[in-house]
Amino acid sequence: MSTLIYTESSLTPADAAYRHVIPAGDFWMHEIKAGQVLRILDLEGNQAADTLFYAAADFRERYSAQDTIRENGGIYLTTGTKLYSNELNVLAEITADTCGRHDTLGGACSCEANTLRYGHGTRHMHSCRQSFLLGLMTWPGSTFDLNKRDIPANINFFMNVPVTPEGGLQFADGVSSPGKYVEMTARMDIVALISNCPQLNNPCNGWNPTPVEVLIWNP
Amino acid sequence: MPLLTPPAPSGTSFTTPRPTGPVPQPAPIPADRLLVEETIPGGSAVSFVVRRHTTLRLTALEAGANISFLCFNRAEPVDRYNMADTLKGQHTSKLTTGCMLYSDMARALFSITGDTLGWHDPLGGHDTAAHVEKKWGKKNYQTARNDWHRNSHDHFLIELSKHGLNARDLVPNINFFSKLSTDSDGRLSFVPNHSKAGDHLDLRAELDVLVILTTCHHPMDTRLAYGPAPIRLQLYRTDPPSATDYCRTYRPENERALYNSELFSL
Ligand SMILES: [Zn+2]
Repeated sequence: MSTLIYTESSLTPADAAYRHVIPAGDFWMHEIKAGQVLRILDLEGNQAADTLFYAAADFRERYSAQDTIRENGGIYLTTGTKLYSNELNVLAEITADTCGRHDTLGGACSCEANTLRYGHGTRHMHSCRQSFLLGLMTWPGSTFDLNKRDIPANINFFMNVPVTPEGGLQFADGVSSPGKYVEMTARMDIVALISNCPQLNNPCNGWNPTPVEVLIWNP
Repeated sequence: MPLLTPPAPSGTSFTTPRPTGPVPQPAPIPADRLLVEETIPGGSAVSFVVRRHTTLRLTALEAGANISFLCFNRAEPVDRYNMADTLKGQHTSKLTTGCMLYSDMARALFSITGDTLGWHDPLGGHDTAAHVEKKWGKKNYQTARNDWHRNSHDHFLIELSKHGLNARDLVPNINFFSKLSTDSDGRLSFVPNHSKAGDHLDLRAELDVLVILTTCHHPMDTRLAYGPAPIRLQLYRTDPPSATDYCRTYRPENERALYNSELFSL
């Protein structure tokens, strides 16, 4: 049987330098300085926080799912996981996690992918990659002309997507619940882009997208 | 031409069973359909276009081969192979006969219409100069000439640039002929000598597809000596997928991906 490791944080919300609630379907894009700690808090449970990270100095360096799973030797993200960039630098490290497992293979929903998965009737529903695109296109700090090319495979915090020894990919019941959180410490200056998933066609969030909260602590 | 209409949604894909009929096996290529063939030495890279409804056959010429593989919608390269959509849409963490390679815009780029191996790795990524040097030491061109140690990352950047693309387009790749196994905790391990000489797979293009591939080692390859295997590439003419095509009917998602490719090709 698989093991879930839970690690509590010693940080308290009262000491946070920044707090923001991301409503379901909204995006949040924010710089996190090296040494700062980002917590993503699942307020109501089993909500997917689709997340990308970029090196603040050069967005061509960004989170890489394949490099992260290979260099960590496993497909699930939890405490101790280093989040690698496509240049094999560590962007951040997961330093606390009360959920125990997060997905980095399933990617983000898009209007187009919704036509594949759920049929063409869902084409005009809101999706994560619409949020990612709007975030990238309106990011004021960037001189890199960001666009769709800058959306690599993302992390789905609070999602449980087990891989079977036979090569199957399952969408298992969530291992998150209200109040669970994941924390990561930035190892360089990074920009986080979160789409709080609006997906209404998927049982993972009980067909009910809910808000998440982000908190940042200074070192 | 009949009006193109989207396939009806067919219930939730979470519960749709896989087909149970016989899995098609790759057949010999009829001589009058073969368009070109080429041998690519180990450690090399190549990029080329595969036209819609043409099939690319990849053959391992030695045991333990690996092909690190990227592909793009040739007309709009910002529309490119998407690992996550491909795996999620087909509920799989391996690639083999029946699977399609989906693009970012939910189109079918390739269908895997035949495969002697049963498992190709979509997870492990590609090797870099640092990986190669750590495992097998550094051999540069100055001292080793054509026996130098090469890596997929540098090759990918070079080939991307030849098509006006760059590091922003270097998305998760496939490793054909390689296998990673996972345990119940999701730990990954490389399966040595997964492929044998002669193993091959067929990729039928469903759009005009730009392919970039390298014949460098898998980044988790455990062998003691550097020695990437050569590969044969063949392109041959094939028919468009029929109504009962194995890949089309493999998943309801695949039918809808083909529809999206049809729409793009109007
Ligand atoms: Zn989503």
